[in-house]
Amino acid sequence: MEYKDYYKILGVERGAREAEIKRAYRKLARKYHPDVSKEADAKSRFQEISEAYHVLKDAKRRAAYDQLGSGWQHGQEFHTPPGWEVHFGQGRAPFEEWGGAEASDFFRSIFGGWPFGGAREAAARRGADVDAVVRIDLEDSYAGNTIRLTVPVHHLDAHGNIQAKNSTFKVKIPRGITEGQQIRIAGHGAPGPGTAPPGDLYLTVKFAEHPLYAVRGRDVFLTLPIAPWEAALGTTLRVPTLGGQVELRIPAEAQTGTRLRLKGRGLPGPSPGDQFVTLKIVTPAASNDTVKELYRKLEQASRFNPRKTMGA
Amino acid sequence: MPADKPHQAKTTVLTGELRLSINEFCDLCGVRTETVVEFVEHGLLEPHGSSATSWSFGADAVRRVQVAQRLQRDLSLNMEGTALVVELLEEIDHLRQRLRLLEQQWERPAREGS
Repeated sequence: MEYKDYYKILGVERGAREAEIKRAYRKLARKYHPDVSKEADAKSRFQEISEAYHVLKDAKRRAAYDQLGSGWQHGQEFHTPPGWEVHFGQGRAPFEEWGGAEASDFFRSIFGGWPFGGAREAAARRGADVDAVVRIDLEDSYAGNTIRLTVPVHHLDAHGNIQAKNSTFKVKIPRGITEGQQIRIAGHGAPGPGTAPPGDLYLTVKFAEHPLYAVRGRDVFLTLPIAPWEAALGTTLRVPTLGGQVELRIPAEAQTGTRLRLKGRGLPGPSPGDQFVTLKIVTPAASNDTVKELYRKLEQASRFNPRKTMGA
Repeated sequence: MPADKPHQAKTTVLTGELRLSINEFCDLCGVRTETVVEFVEHGLLEPHGSSATSWSFGADAVRRVQVAQRLQRDLSLNMEGTALVVELLEEIDHLRQRLRLLEQQWERPAREGS
C-alpha cells in the first residue's frame, strides 16, 4: 500500500499547530466537498482530506502517525514497521463520528478498526449510505431497461478484518426516469458497525451525451437544420424522435430559433414530456456561378435588410 | 455475503410521484423526527400538509436531506447556512442544465470575423 503524507495532503508543516490544521482542513473541505465542488476528482480528494484531518486533529492519533517518522514520501510503497501494534484494535468507536465513507488501506494498517463512519444520526443502528452515479442512455429511459452494476461490497471476514469483494447485481431502470432522480437499493450501502444492518446505495441517474437530443426533465430537445427555401416556403419533414420518425410541418416564414412542439414525444410518464424541435436555417454555399447568380437575384428581388432595426 | 451471480436488487425509484409520511421519510433517510421538524422550520424542506402528522414528502425532500446532512457533517454549517447552500446548489444545477441545453443546441465553432 502507499504511504499517505497527511501533512502534505492538508498543505501544512509537520509541526503545525492544531489551529493551523483546522484552518487548512476547512478551506480544503469547502473546495473539494463533492456537493459543492467543480473539481473532477472531488470525491477522492475529499476522502483523502477527511482522513488526513481525522488523524491529525486528534493528539493520540497524530502521535501514533508521527511515530512512523518523517522519512516516508507520499505515495511511497509502505509496510507497517515490525512490532507495530494496531492502535484502537478491531472495532468501532473512533470512526463513529467520522463521516468519511472509506478509509484507505494505509489508514487501516495503522489504526485497524472499522473504516466506515456513521454518517447519520442513526449511526448506531445502520451503516452509512453510499452514493453513486449511474450513467444511462436516453433510450434506456424511453423504453426502460435492466442494467448490470458492479460495486465493491465490504464485509467482515472471520478474523474481523474488512474484505472488499465485487458484487454484481441487476438494476431495473424504469421507463421515464429523468436526470437527477435517484434509485435506492436497500441494504447495498456500507456495512453497519457490529451487528447493525448495512446502509443503502443511492444511484443518481445521469444521461450520457446523446448525438441528437438534449433533455430537461421529461422534455427532449432537437435542433433541426433546414434549408432557406424550406423555412421561407414551409414544408413537411420527417424528424427523428425517441420513438421513431415523425412527420413535422414547418410553417412558412419560419426562422432560426423557431421552436415547434411534438406533444408527448419526450420521455414517458404520468404526464409525458414533449419533444421540442428548434429550427436552424443553414445556407448552401455559393458553390458555382449559377448559385451565385441566384443569390444576387434573390438579394435584389427581396430587398431584404436583416439589420433594419439596427439602423444600418 | 452477496451471491456471485448477478441478482435482482430490491430497488425503490425516487420519482416525482413519491409521497412519504413523516415516519416513512425518517426511516428512509435515517433522521429523527425532531431533525425533520427543524428542517421544515428553517425552510429546507417544504412538505405538503398543514401539521407534522399530515406532512407528505417527495423525492426532492430526500435529496435535500442527504445534501444537508453531508454539508452539516463535513463543513460544520449551521441550519441557516445549510438551508441557503442547498437552495443555491439547486439554482446552480438548474442554471447548468439550461446552459447545457443552450450549448448543445447552438454550439458552433466560432469563425474569425474580418
